[in-house]
Amino acid sequence: MKFRSVFEIIGPVMIGPSSSHTAGAARIGRVARTLFGRQPEWARIHLYGSFAQTYKGHGTDVAIIGGLLDYDTFDERIKTAFDEAAQLGMTFEFIAEEEEADHPNTARLVIGDSKGTMELTGISIGGGTMEVVDLNGFPLRLSGHYPALLVVHDDRSGVIASVSNVIAMQGMNIAHMEVGRKEKGEMALMVIEVDQMIDDTLLSELQALPNVTQVSTLAN
Amino acid sequence: MEILFGTVKELVTLAETQQKPISEIMIEQEMLVTKRSRQDIIAQMDNNLTVMENAIDRGLQGVQSTSGLTGGDAVLLQDYIATGKGLSGDLLLDAVSKAVATNEVNAAMGTICATPTAGAAGIVPGTLFAVKNKLNPTREQMINYLFTSGAFGFIVANNASISGAAGGCQAETGSAGSMAAAAIVEMAGGTPQQSAEAFSIVMKNMLGLVCDPVAGLVEVPCVKRNAMGAAKALVGADMALAGIVSRIPTDEVIEAMHKIGQTMPSALRETAKGGLAATPTGKALEAKIFGKGNANSDLVNS
Repeated sequence: MKFRSVFEIIGPVMIGPSSSHTAGAARIGRVARTLFGRQPEWARIHLYGSFAQTYKGHGTDVAIIGGLLDYDTFDERIKTAFDEAAQLGMTFEFIAEEEEADHPNTARLVIGDSKGTMELTGISIGGGTMEVVDLNGFPLRLSGHYPALLVVHDDRSGVIASVSNVIAMQGMNIAHMEVGRKEKGEMALMVIEVDQMIDDTLLSELQALPNVTQVSTLAN
Repeated sequence: MEILFGTVKELVTLAETQQKPISEIMIEQEMLVTKRSRQDIIAQMDNNLTVMENAIDRGLQGVQSTSGLTGGDAVLLQDYIATGKGLSGDLLLDAVSKAVATNEVNAAMGTICATPTAGAAGIVPGTLFAVKNKLNPTREQMINYLFTSGAFGFIVANNASISGAAGGCQAETGSAGSMAAAAIVEMAGGTPQQSAEAFSIVMKNMLGLVCDPVAGLVEVPCVKRNAMGAAKALVGADMALAGIVSRIPTDEVIEAMHKIGQTMPSALRETAKGGLAATPTGKALEAKIFGKGNANSDLVNS
């Protein structure tokens, strides 16, 4: 089931004109912002397929920048997001790619500041719903439906068990989990969607585990 | 994930055996899947209804899109209705006008509620606020109209598609028109099965509908397709209420729509490379709006 809630069908409330190209795009930008954890200073945005063809007229560009400024789909400031980004000193560039992506509405966002960079690929699957399909080179499927934990760790035996133990100790249920790694024994990423809201205690307990290097959250 | 229904057959069976309207089954499923309270869910739909009403009001005052391609047609229709010369019936034309009003607001980057998408956002509210004048529903019944529409849209989204890029305009205005027809039937006192028949009758008449936005924008022909989607929704609902049934079961109609979408060339799926978008005038409008030599990179603020 790609769609879970009636409000994905009757909704979202949004700034027009296109749920795929405007609302879905804003959500991709906002997820990137949330995972980055702070306002990026610059962004390079690669658009594929229909996004690349029609982004100007649909406001896909202002929507993604709005998302990077943490605006929701119905935030009227989306229309003036370029101006607000300029006021914050954020620079950005849109690149319409010729190459075909797996999904017709795909955006690859490379964002950063003096402290670091992040790369995220999102697809807008219709009706304002989006999925994150790649984060920093790790393929994944993150719907944004559930609160999610992202745990960057060293690929060692027992790390997955210790992370899921800590989550279980908090009385939380894992709804969906994916583990990916770049190479055997190297950096790996766990994406864990849970049924409950995630609190700071859980984050600090996870952060303290051996072989865990970074923990971030994405709340729905 | 626990769900109550995944097909129209399951949805109608549930409504019939439990003797509940489809809207109620949708509310119960939403509570089950999202673990939210009934009160929360109703309140959110109430808010969506308010957004729809505001968009119609704004559109009926007249808006223009930034591209200049659309705007003002909802007003023309209301003025025409007022002359008393309308041929196809005032309620039908009112629905068409309100569907157009919503989509004109959408094209002008106004606030709307996607139903199921923004490009098809006019049909469900347009029909609702037109039928309202005839059936005098309570606020609760109007909210239920949206849940019934949503129940059918949920099935289409999960078994086929509600995206023009994936399935053509049949997946957007086709789904919206069919969803609205099902909801009109419930509000008018029809049975759950009649809602399903209305859905099928409308969907069958939107099959094969291509997504060919001129200049890639959700304006031409989208606004007028919302108009016709609203008209078809009303006619389909009336046919079902009259006792007419679809010879092809609803779930099979949805499957047919899905397969047609998959076999449709990509030029006809929101790429602006075929259909009306590829006509000489469509191309000329694109050149006028976006300029001829599109650079493939835009540097802003850097």
